[in-house]
Amino acid sequence: MSGGLYSTDSNDFDKTLDLTKIKPYGDTMNDGKTQVSFTLPVKKGEEAIEAAKQMMRKMGFENPQVVMVQELMEGFTFFNCYGNCTHTVDFTGIHVPKVESTTMDMHETDEFIKENIGRPIRVVGASTGTDAHTVGIDAIMNMKGFAGHYGLERYEMMEALNMGSQVPNEEFIAKAIEMEADVLLVSQTVTQKDVHIKNLTELVELLEAEGLREKVILICGGPRISHELAKELGYDAGFGMNKYADDVASYAAQELSRRLNG
Amino acid sequence: MQRSKLGLDFEKVGHAKEVSKRIADDVQKFVDNYSTVAVERTLCRLLGIDGVDSNEVPLPNVVVDAIKDKGVLSEGVMFFIGNAILETGLNPQQIAEKIAAGELEITTFPIRPMEEIQNAIQPFVDENINKIRERKAKRDNYLDTIGEGPKPYLYVIVATGNIYEDVVQAEAAARQGADIIAVIRTTGQSLLDYVPYGATTEGFGGTVATQENFRIMRTALDKVGEEEGRYIRLCNYCSGLCMPEIAAMGALEGLDVMLNDALYGILFRDINMQRTIVDQYFSRLLNGFAGVIINTGEDNYLTTADAFDEAHTVLASDFINEQLALVAGLPEEQMGLGHAFEMTPDLENGFLYELAQAQMIREIFPKAPLKYMPPTKFMTGNIFKGNVQDALFNQISIWTGQGIQLLGMLTEAIHTPFMSDRYLSIENAKYIFNNMRSIGDEMEFKEGGIIRQRAAKVLDDATELVEKIEKEGLFTALEKGIFADIKRPKDGGKGLDGVVEKGSNYFNPFIEILHKK
Repeated sequence: MSGGLYSTDSNDFDKTLDLTKIKPYGDTMNDGKTQVSFTLPVKKGEEAIEAAKQMMRKMGFENPQVVMVQELMEGFTFFNCYGNCTHTVDFTGIHVPKVESTTMDMHETDEFIKENIGRPIRVVGASTGTDAHTVGIDAIMNMKGFAGHYGLERYEMMEALNMGSQVPNEEFIAKAIEMEADVLLVSQTVTQKDVHIKNLTELVELLEAEGLREKVILICGGPRISHELAKELGYDAGFGMNKYADDVASYAAQELSRRLNG
Repeated sequence: MQRSKLGLDFEKVGHAKEVSKRIADDVQKFVDNYSTVAVERTLCRLLGIDGVDSNEVPLPNVVVDAIKDKGVLSEGVMFFIGNAILETGLNPQQIAEKIAAGELEITTFPIRPMEEIQNAIQPFVDENINKIRERKAKRDNYLDTIGEGPKPYLYVIVATGNIYEDVVQAEAAARQGADIIAVIRTTGQSLLDYVPYGATTEGFGGTVATQENFRIMRTALDKVGEEEGRYIRLCNYCSGLCMPEIAAMGALEGLDVMLNDALYGILFRDINMQRTIVDQYFSRLLNGFAGVIINTGEDNYLTTADAFDEAHTVLASDFINEQLALVAGLPEEQMGLGHAFEMTPDLENGFLYELAQAQMIREIFPKAPLKYMPPTKFMTGNIFKGNVQDALFNQISIWTGQGIQLLGMLTEAIHTPFMSDRYLSIENAKYIFNNMRSIGDEMEFKEGGIIRQRAAKVLDDATELVEKIEKEGLFTALEKGIFADIKRPKDGGKGLDGVVEKGSNYFNPFIEILHKK
């Protein structure tokens, strides 16, 4: 299918890839083709379609095409649109902070800990605050793990405690002190109204007040967590989507070794 | 004898149900001797006590705490309030207000004869029982006049945190074809040992369950239902530490469906098992009486344990939940027993196994409006694949005649649903349900094939599991981590201090009335 089916614009733009000025790719380099869907709080009609097109132009799209219009209820209309993005991004100037570690499998991590630390690493994890979701912390910690990646409980060289969900930050810290934990794992799934930011920040503040912040490796995770966000909030590392127990365990072991062995 | 498309051995099913009945009877022996702060607060509500004191503490809590503080909660609120009515000539609400104002101490009045106490309280019992009856009659009348959508009922959630915004979302969903609107509760409400009061506009991940919020949503759905010519059911969460109170509020305000599962609270909210089993009994009595469909939470087992390996735990739990509901007089037609479509999409023939299990549960609980949960665990940010996963789930549902279809959202694992997500999800289900409407009538499963073998295996494993649970007792089995790989101690968890053994003066006239219908 050619781009020309819906597109009435000419094809005479520069089709060579320039990493300093990249654009979305549909089927031709630099065509800028993008799909967008959204709802406007207006009733269905020609005016609604025109409003959607204007919205697309303001978002930076040329030749906006409204390909699907559906009234969800009176006064709300849903659109599926395509357009050519006019903006570009300089890919060569991008720097994203990443977790600095090499991911090893369970066996390699256990061996690494034996060689470099010489004792099991103590890890406490929980879904803290009001968050009732255990899916994240379970995926990382439970014996069974997730999608074929065994959880920390299965590691020979980890003493892992999963405190479950809705654990108050104070209780979490008390357990960390009691266990003399090396690593703290905090999972946050609910992010509505940024409740996770408030809760994660509070934990850092409490740890600082207790003089514990520098004594532990503090890690947060969840579907909406990035390493960059984690660093910003005062964590040592953050793990988001598509990260498994292997990633967390490898980082924890290597970071602890860095701290102990310089 | 029922005919099975799967070649299920119904003698085996009958045996598993008998074993499960003995498990439930054993639990009930414990339940009969105990009450809880939540049950007692429910009785306050069923006597018409409502409202909050100057510190926003609900009056049912004020009354129950006042009696508990004196160490005499074992005699029950009915006894003390009945006696106080005789002594003061006030009604229960006035008595509660005076206790809140510090003007009344109801545990120190001279005790009147039991018969007089019971007679004094009876008019208030009758008044509220009649209110619930009227509310039920209103639903029945709607079903007789404007009717309802075909099964599987399309169930969608709203979760804005603001009840007025929820109403907008719910109306949109109902107009698009939803049959059940579930108002997700705010995160953490299950662990509150009181029910907040009044209309609310702030919540995280959901909206506070209050009686006023129930009323606001019920009124809105009645209006939409009348306009659309289809009764729209309202669902909330009768779970957590206030399980029976929410059941009472729902019965009074015309809710139709309630999540209601003690096992879920024990496993996933770490609520003490003694507390929540006692609470569950009274809440199921209320739900049964009010015509409310309960939804059980077995599907959640599969979010922590593996959906293929642990399928039999879902069936075993459904067996037990069925019997615990029957003990409370809840009819099979109101049992939304839970199960789910949660196997990894990478599993070869996964669809066949899901189909086998859904058909098996359908045949084992033929009258129950089964609650079927969509994929959640393996939903990713890939909304396009997500829509396909939901489509496979919808195909199994229409094929096997599920009762309540919790619609999967293509944006599951990303955010609480946009208005448009709900539309796409309803469109997906309606397309498939219509396009494949009678497929179940046309198909049987090959003898000795993958599907029959899978169903037989899950039934065998589930039977073995309930036999094991019977030997140990349900409480001990839970302590050993029999469901969802989660272990819970009998004396651990939240809410144990709210459990009390019934004393010699304890009486609760509702139990008999609710049982009799």
